[in-house]
Amino acid sequence: MSVTKLGKFAVIGLSAAWIAGCSTTATDTDSSTVAEDANSTEQTNGAAENTDQAFGAGQGDAMTSVIVEEEVTTNDNGMDSLAGVQTVFYFDFDKSIVRPESREALAKHAEYLVSHPDARIVLEGHADERGTREYNMALGERRAKAISRYLTIQGVAASQIETVSFGEEVPVAFGHDSNAWQLNRRVEVRYE
Amino acid sequence: MMFKKCLSVLFTCLIFISSARAQLVIEITSGADQLLPIAVVPFGYEGVDALPEDIAQIVEADLARSGLFQPIPRSNMLSMPSKEADVFYRDWRLLKSDYVVIGAIKKLPNNQYRIGFELLNVLSQKPVQKHSSIDVSARNFRDAAHYISDKVYELLTGTRGAFSTRILYVTAEGDKKAPLFKLQVADADGHRPQVVVESKEPILSPSWSMDGRKIAYVMFRNRRPNIFIQELATGKRQQIAQFRGLNGAPAWSPDGKKLALVLSKDNNPEIYTLDIATQKLERMTNHYAIDTEPSWEPDGKGIVFTSDRGGNPQIYRLDVNSKRVERVTFEGDLNTRARMTPDGRYLVTVQKNDGNYHIALQDMKTGRVQILTETYLDESPSIAPNGSMVMYATTYQGKGILAVVSVDGLVKYRLPSADGDVREPSWSPYFK
Repeated sequence: MSVTKLGKFAVIGLSAAWIAGCSTTATDTDSSTVAEDANSTEQTNGAAENTDQAFGAGQGDAMTSVIVEEEVTTNDNGMDSLAGVQTVFYFDFDKSIVRPESREALAKHAEYLVSHPDARIVLEGHADERGTREYNMALGERRAKAISRYLTIQGVAASQIETVSFGEEVPVAFGHDSNAWQLNRRVEVRYE
Repeated sequence: MMFKKCLSVLFTCLIFISSARAQLVIEITSGADQLLPIAVVPFGYEGVDALPEDIAQIVEADLARSGLFQPIPRSNMLSMPSKEADVFYRDWRLLKSDYVVIGAIKKLPNNQYRIGFELLNVLSQKPVQKHSSIDVSARNFRDAAHYISDKVYELLTGTRGAFSTRILYVTAEGDKKAPLFKLQVADADGHRPQVVVESKEPILSPSWSMDGRKIAYVMFRNRRPNIFIQELATGKRQQIAQFRGLNGAPAWSPDGKKLALVLSKDNNPEIYTLDIATQKLERMTNHYAIDTEPSWEPDGKGIVFTSDRGGNPQIYRLDVNSKRVERVTFEGDLNTRARMTPDGRYLVTVQKNDGNYHIALQDMKTGRVQILTETYLDESPSIAPNGSMVMYATTYQGKGILAVVSVDGLVKYRLPSADGDVREPSWSPYFK
């Protein structure tokens, strides 16, 4: 399923069936407090089940905030060549320049993606807590795009890459100091 | 519909749970130089059954929180009259109280209560305004109290009170690595919180429609940000933006017809407007830099927004008709997330100076800038509908909390929560 072909109204990574589900949501009256779970149960058509039930049933860890390591390790279909390759890349404050030390690992991701044209990745950009939240959303995206450019220059098709930003909403370190901030200014590579 | 019924039962339970805990508690940290002494006398009551709330206490707390009044402690009161005929003005002069609020509550046959009140001027020994009353049910005692506070505030300051307004905010509770995000609505004093949405994925940027009936917000779903509009009373909701990339910073236009929002579907973050009825999108900015955090001017003719087109983030103004853009802020290392006071006179921003993020106020006439706060990592300013106060998010003792500062910088208070981080306040408009 090529999601990019769905056009600008498509939810990336979801099927058209799910979108139909969405428009139902739009007119349905769902009780707001339980809306998240209610919505998930409401949408039982087709692929919607997968995406939303993962969330609705996500009492455990299906949709926890930082699951990059888990995701990558669970996704082991022929990805041996990427075993042990770094999936988190760090950035300087208010900057979105790919650091020299990131290049080697990114080259390995690029190599893998070029040789597996069906593979898809999501680059999830993050910012530290300083500054305003929506500006940090934009900054996280800019970082994800910097990584994306680095990969496309090495031959990865743009259609294999999606960039998403979490801004400062999903930190991995919880201190209010430069160490924590450094760990949070990052892009995580997630194979779909 | 059975399903709906189940939902509403669940809904009620959740509200109950949330109001039992997690209330924001007010701590006043600084007040104005000249406080107006006022006595709010406990309201008289002729009935036998207990009243749900102490109206006078709520009024007193409201007035104290405004930072303009100095309530006279009850323990000092020489008498507790509930009608003007019983007032000995001399007693109140002795206590150096300039004004006295008195009132009486009467139970009506239909389970309603009639709450009468009066504001008296101790020096002139006359009522400031004629006796008036409101009828409310037991559930709405707090509303009645805030209504009285609004009246007293307006009579004594000439500015409409904003005690009957509400606030939206986001809490992140539980395990920091996998928190539960809740969008909540509460009274402006932090009481009566209700969960509006909850999710394991982040929620941010809540915004009120101008009639206070609807809200817009950003919520992640399947690890992607989406924009929703939700009717507060019914919970009915609509997913309005789910484009590739950013879907962020929704802001209602003053006429309620449009939302300004940020999308990066055309490659990088740009400001768009969405006509809610026709779903027509219009791109408003066109620049390779970050353009985000739109906020409408009160007359709807302009949108102020954050852009780093000049190198670091500053506030720019977009003319909605011509789409012409001009820079507005020049002081500080950066300025982000602007909001304009309802009279259009001041621009409130988050300004960074020497590594510190504070709430700044820029006079749009003179260009003069004043830093209002001295707390840590201040962000998300939101202005009360009467333009008197700015609520913002800050970090206190390692936790995210809400705080309030008056636009003159003199009055300050905090609203910490017992559990979790609190953030992203949004002050409602007036209701009706």
